Amino acid sequence: MNRKKRIQKCLAQSRKGAKERLASWRLRARCSCLLVFWLVTGEAPLRAQDRPPRVVVGSKAFTESVILAELATQLARRTGAEVVHRPELGGTRLLWNALRQGEIDVYPEYTGTISQEIFARQGVQGEEAIRQALTNRGILMSRPLGFNNTYALGIRESLAARLDIRKISDLREHPELKFGFSNEFMERGDGWPSLRDRYQLPQKDVTGLEHALAYRGLENGSIALTDLYSTDPEIRYYDLRILEDDLGHFPRYHAVLLYRADLAERAPEAVAAFLQLEGRLPRAAIVEMNSRAKPRSGERVIESRVAADFLKENPFFEIDPQESEEAVLTYPDEESFRKRLIKYTAQHLFLVAVSLSSAILISIPLGIVAAKRARLGQGILAVTGIIQTLPGLALLVFIMALLHLIPPLPFVHKLPALGTLPAVIALFLYSLLPIIRNTYTGLHDIPLSVRESAEALGLPAAARLRLIELPMASRAILAGIKTAAVINVGTATLGALVGAGGYGQPILTGIRLDDVGLILQGAVPAALLALLIQGLFEAAERKLVPKGLRLQPAE
Amino acid sequence: MSTLLELQGVSKSYNGRPALRPTDLAIPAGQTTVLIGPSGCGKSTVLRLLLGLIHPDAGTVRFAGTPVGANNALELRRRMGYVVQDGGLFAHLTARANIVLLARYLGWPQPRIHARLTELIDLTRFPTEGLDHYPIQLSGGQRQRVGLMRALMLDPDVLLLDEPLGALDPIVRSDLQADLRRIFRALGKTVALVTHDLGEASFFGDVLVLLRDGQIVQQGTLADLTQTPTDPFVTRFVQAQRYEPTNVNGGS
Repeated sequence: MNRKKRIQKCLAQSRKGAKERLASWRLRARCSCLLVFWLVTGEAPLRAQDRPPRVVVGSKAFTESVILAELATQLARRTGAEVVHRPELGGTRLLWNALRQGEIDVYPEYTGTISQEIFARQGVQGEEAIRQALTNRGILMSRPLGFNNTYALGIRESLAARLDIRKISDLREHPELKFGFSNEFMERGDGWPSLRDRYQLPQKDVTGLEHALAYRGLENGSIALTDLYSTDPEIRYYDLRILEDDLGHFPRYHAVLLYRADLAERAPEAVAAFLQLEGRLPRAAIVEMNSRAKPRSGERVIESRVAADFLKENPFFEIDPQESEEAVLTYPDEESFRKRLIKYTAQHLFLVAVSLSSAILISIPLGIVAAKRARLGQGILAVTGIIQTLPGLALLVFIMALLHLIPPLPFVHKLPALGTLPAVIALFLYSLLPIIRNTYTGLHDIPLSVRESAEALGLPAAARLRLIELPMASRAILAGIKTAAVINVGTATLGALVGAGGYGQPILTGIRLDDVGLILQGAVPAALLALLIQGLFEAAERKLVPKGLRLQPAE
Repeated sequence: MSTLLELQGVSKSYNGRPALRPTDLAIPAGQTTVLIGPSGCGKSTVLRLLLGLIHPDAGTVRFAGTPVGANNALELRRRMGYVVQDGGLFAHLTARANIVLLARYLGWPQPRIHARLTELIDLTRFPTEGLDHYPIQLSGGQRQRVGLMRALMLDPDVLLLDEPLGALDPIVRSDLQADLRRIFRALGKTVALVTHDLGEASFFGDVLVLLRDGQIVQQGTLADLTQTPTDPFVTRFVQAQRYEPTNVNGGS
């Protein structure tokens, strides 16, 4: 029937149209999601089936951890896996959370740290107990890699020889000795208080100080003894004697690799490859690598090169000398200063721009609410004030935990809890207070006679806000944004703690390597950027603040 | 004589402190009523109540017979002009923009705005070049003239002035005083003016309303107040001001 046919044709067409529309909508949705993904992760997504297994290796912000992670990275990369090393992340808690949340797949850790910090006060002692506790949480542990980087007490060789001190027990005979310990050692469960009790040590002159300063103190004789790690290259530089732990006080700090149980299924070859490190790293080898990467004087060798050389020189790993090591190096060679500066600047500006602009969009309305609703306003100011007092690393750990709780969103399966996103959120939160407070103050300080005049004119509340109150508060609001921007530029250096890069990266690396030049490479541009932003806002003030508010009185 | 503005049993407290005790007050149309009394007597509170800027705890405020409430305050305010002590000008706008703000918001066509502005300049004898100045560039007297023009822009039925001359020095003050009276007479509008100065009150006022501690003590002409005081306070207030009729120090 003609009519029926026509209807069918019509339906088919509209179905086709709908399909096309749906397809184009899907395409658009996918594009925008990809864009969001790219914005959030800074990486271009690939389709799952085309992808070689992806392995993310994390490391802590000290040289040995970076070297160990680099060894694992290069071994895994030789299997063809796509391996990313996110170096110098914030600390044990941050890395542990990142591992459990799947932000990273593997990172080097120490058995002592696992029982003392990760399972603090849970009485998890001994390799098997640790392994069991980890397995219960979906984490596997390699066998020990070979060295025990435990705490040790170091004393100048000359002094030790003169007083004939070999073991920690010998210190009992010398109550006059001055001890200087790292602040962490003064606090730790296995640190000074329990060491003193265990060995019945009589010394009273004990101070807590920064580790680098402790070595200087040893050198100039202001302290006799300090705590150190048994693989520190400083043992050699400063000619220190390591005292024997004759009562076995210090827990074992065997280096191990912690990795996610699901990685063994996703990338079994990569796991097998990095597990080759088990038992292959004697103390001498790691001390040698540490001192190449962080020499007391002379040329510093980048960690990925140190790792590659070690793997190549050790016949066990059967690395073909012809094989291009460029393919496995994370940083083939140190990038040029200019290239690095551009990269850090771009990362830093991205963090600042995104966090600041979203803070402006949220804070001005909140400031208005605070000015209009006295009680709610006090609440808003109190909450943002509390956020301001949170230390950066604590806030980041908190944000990571929150991001993990957010259920999967369509297209973006999981919000990344490492990298740019948590850094942007932290900076956003830190930027709220100055803008909210200044918006509030700016509106609050408009004289009553002016506010009443505006109201008496018969302008509705929204028009009063737009035409009178906000323009009159504009100078204060802009000053708040300026303060937030300057704080933001400085605070954005903490982005490096979660692998978001920026000027914090050279600062973090510089602190780790005790390299003032490197620290300045981050600190100076950050300071210059803060000045530049301040200047820009002062120029903007001349544009944005109405002329009538900038003029001086006639007389 | 008809009543334009009216308080019926109106009272108002701030944080439990009464600013106005239950009060009846009728402000006659076409006349100038002066609310006078010492600081804190409640005279400015009356103006705020009339404008609906604050709402009474009890009683009713009426404008031309209509109770003033939150629902109609916006409409009614456009039929009233309000001038405060320091002019209450918007510092970010030029004198011109201050005056025409509401008309522009209401979408008046440009020629109409311009015509009305010209009328007001003639009326207040404001220098034309001053229109493009910002409040901070104007003298105190000029600011008050701008405030007055802004209040008169929509040609309101009532003009409410809160110590309009309070912040001016003596010479400017006496000039503007004369000008204001001329303007009130020329317009023939209902005016309610707040002052603490008896000389000023008698200069402007057809009717004087003397307040004290949130209550009306006496209402009448100056002659009524001086010759038939209803309370010893009236006599004291009049006596005290006789010797300094041009007290400049303001505040209501």
